[in-house]
Amino acid sequence: MAKNGVARYFKNIKDAVTTIFEGMTVTCSHLVRKPYTIQYPDRVPVRVQDTLPFRYRGILEVDLEICTGCLACERACPIDCIVIDAPKDQKTKEMLLTRFDIDIAKCMYCGLCSEVCPTGSIHHTTEFEGADFSLESMIRHFVKAPVVAYKAKKDGETDPVVAPILERGMRYIQEFAEPADMKKVKAEGKAAAA
Amino acid sequence: MQEFIDRLIANGAFAGMPVEVVYALMMLLFGLVVVFGFFLPIAGVTSWLERRVWARIQSRIGPNRVGPQGFLQWLADGIKLLLKEDIVPDAADRPLFLFAPYFVVWGIVATFVVIPFSSNLIIADMNVGILYLTAVTALVVVGVLMAGWASNNKWALIGGIRSAAQIISYEIPAGLALLPVVLLTGTLSTQGIIRAQGWAPWGWFAFHNPFTFVAAFMFYVAALAEGNRTPFDIPEAESELVAGFCTEYSGFRYLLFFMAEWGNLYVIGAVATTLFFGGWQVPLWTDSVVLLNISQFTVFFLKSYLWVLISMWVRATLPRVRVDQLMILCWKYLVPIGFVNLIGTAIWMVIWPHGNRVVQYGMVLLAVAVLVQFFRRVRFHLRRARPELYYSPAI
Repeated sequence: MAKNGVARYFKNIKDAVTTIFEGMTVTCSHLVRKPYTIQYPDRVPVRVQDTLPFRYRGILEVDLEICTGCLACERACPIDCIVIDAPKDQKTKEMLLTRFDIDIAKCMYCGLCSEVCPTGSIHHTTEFEGADFSLESMIRHFVKAPVVAYKAKKDGETDPVVAPILERGMRYIQEFAEPADMKKVKAEGKAAAA
Repeated sequence: MQEFIDRLIANGAFAGMPVEVVYALMMLLFGLVVVFGFFLPIAGVTSWLERRVWARIQSRIGPNRVGPQGFLQWLADGIKLLLKEDIVPDAADRPLFLFAPYFVVWGIVATFVVIPFSSNLIIADMNVGILYLTAVTALVVVGVLMAGWASNNKWALIGGIRSAAQIISYEIPAGLALLPVVLLTGTLSTQGIIRAQGWAPWGWFAFHNPFTFVAAFMFYVAALAEGNRTPFDIPEAESELVAGFCTEYSGFRYLLFFMAEWGNLYVIGAVATTLFFGGWQVPLWTDSVVLLNISQFTVFFLKSYLWVLISMWVRATLPRVRVDQLMILCWKYLVPIGFVNLIGTAIWMVIWPHGNRVVQYGMVLLAVAVLVQFFRRVRFHLRRARPELYYSPAI
């Protein structure tokens, strides 16, 4: 419309004034809108940790009851934040776990350790609040006293204490290998194809 | 203020002291009162309020933990920055680097000398007040350029150069916007300019004639640009220059830059109020000088703080302009409009030497109409979006 110089000049001024006016009305209308932000952590009805999915990659945890001492996680860790000492007991010829440390400060939550774990012993939790006062306290020591490493039994686990932990671990592995919602998608795809 | 001290001396308040010593002591005292009693709290509270206002405009909540509604956030931030290490880069030009923030603060604080808070409350009513104002705020350029150069950092240098170019360019439209008022009053004294206005809106210079109305807004835009405020904050442009001229600063010196920036907002508001919006003018409702001064101070403060609030709101609305757009706005639009305003006001004064009452009332009516249209548009946006409303400022 406004092609020549002078008309364009005045159109620019008019446009600047009217568009800024309109923009200001929009932002002014936002002043009386209710904020969307939720005031974490004190004004949430349910703990955020409880609302997270099972596969959430939070802070790592180890179930020593089912740890086989295979060191797969230590080797898989790209930044060496896992340190395991598992010497063989000279008398009983059993593998002892004397040290299982994870440096949470270094951990980058890649999940490689929990992928290679044969029993699902090392796994992510839904816990994510990792703030602490010193770097030393960021290292989690899971072995309090030396324990014997877990050995898989041929006819399944029967110990009432270990069995539910192992079950949870296997579920964790399965979920990681093939998430439940992925299974559903595949099943639906098959149904559609058939 | 000098009369006040002279009267104290005449009454024998400083027995035996040489006059020069008394003056020097009083200067120190008033300086401390202005800096610690007014400038510092106002800059701090503005920083907190600004964050709250933005947050509400962006549907967030903003700082609300330190003190009631987060009111003491600025103290917490200030103390935190004071406790941080004051790092000077190895390659920096040490003396310049250390001294630059003081120039910036100095340039802003020095303007408080001529800001008339009420008919009696002014440090020095200079007869060159407005000239002094534009002169000392130019010190900020020196500080910013020093900071940019001395940091020995490319971002800082680009920020400093941009800032220098911007501030020097915008001094011209700001000065041109002041001139119509100087023409109308024939004085440069800030008190004289306020005395020439009335307490009612139609007595203000902003509504004196269409040219001064435009000049008022032009002054505000130019002053925002001089103060490196969004949408003109290209010297600090976070997305391009990290933090511009204060990239290498930390701790107390960093704090000084930001104190100056937020203090400057109040100065902009105060100057705009003084020149165009009636300053401290109130109707003569009482005989008591003290009560009158208190009401004048309140009126002046509220008016000037309104401009601070508007600048927060503008910052939440408009995106940052590019360097070339900034220069186009200054040289192609503001400067010619400034000249038109100046000549227009001069012609107006020739035709109506004592102003035109009808036009003044009409201008106020027009302003009211714009405001009404504004709130109609706000209501329109609220109706169309159907948001959950929340009127209380506290959350």
